[in-house]
Amino acid sequence: MSSAISTSSPGRLRLRLRAALRIAFFAAVVRPFLLVAIGLAVRHRERLPKAGPLIIAANHNSHLDTLALMALFPLRQLQHVHAVAAADYFLTNRLLKWFAVDLLAIIPVERTGGKGGRDPLADALEALDRGDVLIIFPEGSRGEPETRQAFKRGIGHIARRRPDVPVLPVFLRGFGRVLPKGDHLPVPFFCDVVIGEPMTGAGEGFIQRLEATVDALARETPSPDWA
Amino acid sequence: MLSEIAAFFAGRGLPLPLVAVVGVILAGLVFASVFVRLRRPGSDEKAAAKHAELKARIRSWWVMVAILVAALVLGRTAMIVLLAFVSYLALKEYLTIIPTRRTDRVVLLVAYLAVPIQYYWVGSAWYGMFVIFIPVYMFLVLPAALVLRGETAGFLKAAGTLHWGLMIAVFAISHAAYLLAVPTPGSPEGTGAGLLVFLIIVTEFNDVAQFLSGRTFGRRKITPKVSPNKTVEGFLGGLAATTVLAAALAPVLTPIAPLPGAAIGALLAVAGFFGDIVMSAVKRDLGIKDTGTMLPGHGGILDRIDSLVFTAPLFFHVVRYFYF
Repeated sequence: MSSAISTSSPGRLRLRLRAALRIAFFAAVVRPFLLVAIGLAVRHRERLPKAGPLIIAANHNSHLDTLALMALFPLRQLQHVHAVAAADYFLTNRLLKWFAVDLLAIIPVERTGGKGGRDPLADALEALDRGDVLIIFPEGSRGEPETRQAFKRGIGHIARRRPDVPVLPVFLRGFGRVLPKGDHLPVPFFCDVVIGEPMTGAGEGFIQRLEATVDALARETPSPDWA
Repeated sequence: MLSEIAAFFAGRGLPLPLVAVVGVILAGLVFASVFVRLRRPGSDEKAAAKHAELKARIRSWWVMVAILVAALVLGRTAMIVLLAFVSYLALKEYLTIIPTRRTDRVVLLVAYLAVPIQYYWVGSAWYGMFVIFIPVYMFLVLPAALVLRGETAGFLKAAGTLHWGLMIAVFAISHAAYLLAVPTPGSPEGTGAGLLVFLIIVTEFNDVAQFLSGRTFGRRKITPKVSPNKTVEGFLGGLAATTVLAAALAPVLTPIAPLPGAAIGALLAVAGFFGDIVMSAVKRDLGIKDTGTMLPGHGGILDRIDSLVFTAPLFFHVVRYFYF
């Protein structure tokens, strides 16, 4: 599996084709879906930096989280926005791999640590060095819908190794109701995206600070019980 | 020039008085925009925030009025599709703020499906089906679908809240759309559109009039527990103003004479008041301030149409019973 992850670099034409397809997918499918079926309410949009490098750290409830966060950016900027996702999940199936890697340009990361001595975070750090935006879900997996799990340390490693890159905490509400883990049929609900103030990954207790910040953002939107 | 404009709208089935009334509303919006723009906001932060909110509210009014006027000009089908979309948004907002069970996801989709079906009855003017589809058939279908999911904990809450949502967001609002189909074939063109515009103007005017007269004269709280801003004086002031407006407007827009127009205005003022405080009670129960954030300065779509939920069915049945 790991051979598929590492750099089998596709030609330039293919890359441009993928970028065009990504823009078409967001313009024709994702944005209309977010507009009509969801009705996204973005709070504090002005806090979103216009350009990278940037790490977006959001809670994770649904596959739609990635699409919603990517859709915050203008279409032309999409090719510079990458979600960091688990290689063991997204690279197991050919169709899923095409969708995640080719269409959405995710950066796969081995959850178990690098194989063959390669730095598991190399691709992610490289993207930041290019000035790109990384979307990271520190919970690691979607888990129970609309419930935040403890953040994992991976984001801390990235933030510590690129201490100058701002980390933008984001809270997502509702996507776990629209399309929770294990369901395939989306049900329309209004969803909220609450953007926090950029913070830096330097210093002790970064993960705890990040968790506290995301929880504080969560309190800006009311939540109905979910049983 | 003026006669050409009149001819254009007459060609679209909109009589001149209706066009004139819409013109007056647009002029009023222009006046409000200019007035707010010219008035300097107070120096302190609170006044500035209030000013910004007022500006946002007027901008939202512009958007809503523009969309309504566009649908009016495009014709009956466009207006029905627009109101169906309003129902969809209202239902989505309702389902977002109430607690739902994860097991009921498929049933929620069934509830959404009721929106196009209900507005299909409106579009095809099938009155019998229109009045029973949600109160009878959806009333049976929803619990049947819920019971197939097999989860009994919270069953009554799920069935009750779901059907209540369909009644307010879809059934009640669809009565506004059915006004377009209620005039008998012999009625002059634009009668349905006139009834709809009359209903919307009187309902929204009453909201504003009750608010303004409450702010000016309000002393005695009318429902201290539900909505502490509502006062007896605000209610009575709004009632009087709405009665006068309806008496003046009814002969212009509808086949209703001034005196029955006044009675209908009073009825709509009372109904609108109850629609407003019922939604307030729902919000208080759920522990939220607004039903959503769709309309800047107003809140959610349910915050805006709460009084229409009560006025639309009442107005519809009064008009249908006495006039057609």
